[in-house]
Amino acid sequence: MSEQIKKFMYINRRAPYGTIYAWESLEVVLIGAAFDQDVHVAFIDDGVYQLLKGQDTSAVDMKNFSPTYQALGDYDVTKLYVEKESLEERGLTLEDLMPLTYEDEDDDWAEKDSIRLMSRAELADIMDEQDILFSF
Amino acid sequence: MTTLHTVNKSPFEKSSMDSCLAYAKQGSSVLLYEDAIYGAIKGTAVADKVAAMGGVNFYVLGPDLKARGVSEDKVVDGIGIVDYAEFVTLAAENDKVQAWV
Repeated sequence: MSEQIKKFMYINRRAPYGTIYAWESLEVVLIGAAFDQDVHVAFIDDGVYQLLKGQDTSAVDMKNFSPTYQALGDYDVTKLYVEKESLEERGLTLEDLMPLTYEDEDDDWAEKDSIRLMSRAELADIMDEQDILFSF
Repeated sequence: MTTLHTVNKSPFEKSSMDSCLAYAKQGSSVLLYEDAIYGAIKGTAVADKVAAMGGVNFYVLGPDLKARGVSEDKVVDGIGIVDYAEFVTLAAENDKVQAWV
């Protein structure tokens, strides 16, 4: 079976709420996770805004789906790449993002960070290794 | 692995093409279609960026040039003009497609 596992990467380039892309991406990631593939999720350009702390949609009558990112670890979606240049261009650091973790079953369920800060060049290499890319 | 990158937004309105150029590796291909064809025209700020990308193959979709009244002689030298069938061939020849929507 192992040879059938493919590397899937979901590439998020849009901010949440202004369009439906971010939410749709999250739903597709969760669906894809059910198929036991090697899932990678990238946040570049305005996509980094999806992970900002403190989202509160109560005054705009929309669902705040940001807590769902916390659940990704439970679905074995543990590789979330955030592009360093995109954060910097927007005056953000990792401290501005939600802390997202997973429990590593291969390491006595130690809690580890899901978010991996990557340079554009590093992320381009990881993207190059993927079998399938989904763009949002 | 080889990648076909596609861009369909005007580089003068959106940053999709800039992001695409930042990620396109040597040996990959970039196809400009719909409003991205404006990025294939000679003498623009974007054309300079395309010219600076060594080792990347550029293509533009002919029917989208024609639809927008951009004649083929306006296209930057070195950018291949393709039709829909060749678009499909490019998608099939590469290992994967990255759509910078």
